[in-house]
Amino acid sequence: MTRIEILNELKKVFAPYTTNKEMLSSINDSTDLIKDLKINSANLVDIIIDAENKYNIEIDFDAADKMINVGSCIDVIREKLNQKNVEYR
Amino acid sequence: MTKRVVVTGLGVVSPNGIGIPAFLHAIQNGISGIKYIPHYEELNFSCHLAGMPDFAREKLRNYISDVTLHGLKGTNIVYGIAAALDAWADSGMDYETDEPRWETGCVFGNSIADTEAMKNVIIQVDNKDAKKLGSRIVEQAMNSGVTSYISGRLGLGNKVVTNSAACATGTQSILMGYEYIKHGYAKRMLTGSTEHVDTYVYGAFDSMRVLSRKFNDHPEQASRPMSLSAGGFVPGSGAGALVLEELDFALQRNAKIYAEVLGGSCNSGGQRNGGTMTAANPTGVLRCINEALTGSGVKPQQIDLISGHLTATNADSKEIQNWCQALNRTGDDFPLINSLKSMVGHCLSAAGSIESVAAILQIVHQFVHPNINLDDPNPEITNRISINCLPVKMIKKKLDIVAKANFGFGDVNSCLILSKFYKK
Repeated sequence: MTRIEILNELKKVFAPYTTNKEMLSSINDSTDLIKDLKINSANLVDIIIDAENKYNIEIDFDAADKMINVGSCIDVIREKLNQKNVEYR
Repeated sequence: MTKRVVVTGLGVVSPNGIGIPAFLHAIQNGISGIKYIPHYEELNFSCHLAGMPDFAREKLRNYISDVTLHGLKGTNIVYGIAAALDAWADSGMDYETDEPRWETGCVFGNSIADTEAMKNVIIQVDNKDAKKLGSRIVEQAMNSGVTSYISGRLGLGNKVVTNSAACATGTQSILMGYEYIKHGYAKRMLTGSTEHVDTYVYGAFDSMRVLSRKFNDHPEQASRPMSLSAGGFVPGSGAGALVLEELDFALQRNAKIYAEVLGGSCNSGGQRNGGTMTAANPTGVLRCINEALTGSGVKPQQIDLISGHLTATNADSKEIQNWCQALNRTGDDFPLINSLKSMVGHCLSAAGSIESVAAILQIVHQFVHPNINLDDPNPEITNRISINCLPVKMIKKKLDIVAKANFGFGDVNSCLILSKFYKK
């Protein structure tokens, strides 16, 4: 799955939690979840749970701490997806 | 010098009407909100009926952000938000504020988190899936969830309290808000209460054999306070809300004034001398009513209308007996008395606030709403008070002072004295 594909899907994951809907269409790697998308910090766990369900991956505490901006979210999801593929081999 | 406290805003989510205009129309015309709930029959309950507000969840978008709505499952919270924010708007104020409103607090009553919503939490935890619960459960499991949503939306910065006193909750919340303003701690208090009788709480009441069971085929006739055929109450859900303000504060902003809260009392019979978990100690009830009158400077003869607790159980005739003794008025001398529960059922924690909204509407529009289904008044009641005190059709009448009382499990009593507003 490419970074662009994940980014486009993340827009749907963020949608219920952002109060800055206008910004959602133009997010990039450096978009900050809390500062730019105005997501309540408590809702970050909901985003993690939704991402886990969507990709059928498990995001541990250490990985979750890294998910501050869109780029780091994509990094974590790609890493977890790759781990999963390795396990399946 | 204590302050005068007036009502400047009203909101209601009632089984027979959502919003003040619909509710007013319903109580003037004796419209029942009791409906047949097929699921209750499937579950082998004895009672298959409920007063359930016809509230569309989508309507919440008028009150809260989509982000807040996403993940909001507690129906009790939903009703509370709608009633409270309607009352706020009705009193002529905006929802939005950048700064906390330090002069305004909130006392809102609640009984229990929505057990139906919490069932999914229990299942997930038992399935070792607690990690998937997310961030929105705790705020809805806490009893103060409803006040947290309301005060957060409006930026209320004074005392924010969730009260709970079973069926006396609603009147108690109004009384607590009143006292806080009266003694000068706040200028304005958003008060009220909410209740969603979910399937599990309903089942527990059903098992106590206190619910109506003989009118399942005639839902609108099932709630029959003070009648000989009253065979238990019909559970109801909803919320009522009142904006209370210090008189001068309200006058300064040219707020419309619905009525004045003259005073009230809240006590317990101590579960002694006839009082138990489920029954009232008559001495406690008498003290509560008398303290409410004394504190308000109102004489028993001045009461024009009693908005009773009157649930349609065998406690109704006891309640009438207590009122007779407390006011020392009987027969034709007894005031008019009505029970909103004949139309909406017993809304438990929300009963007192919804019934107080009804009481204030009766003062504002100078009428007395009917007791519906009172085809066969209980002789134990008509032996004490004249049948003329029990209106079965709406009466247009000059109303100055209304006593509104509720009595709840735990032997708790609450009585408010409400008055038409006079500038003096």
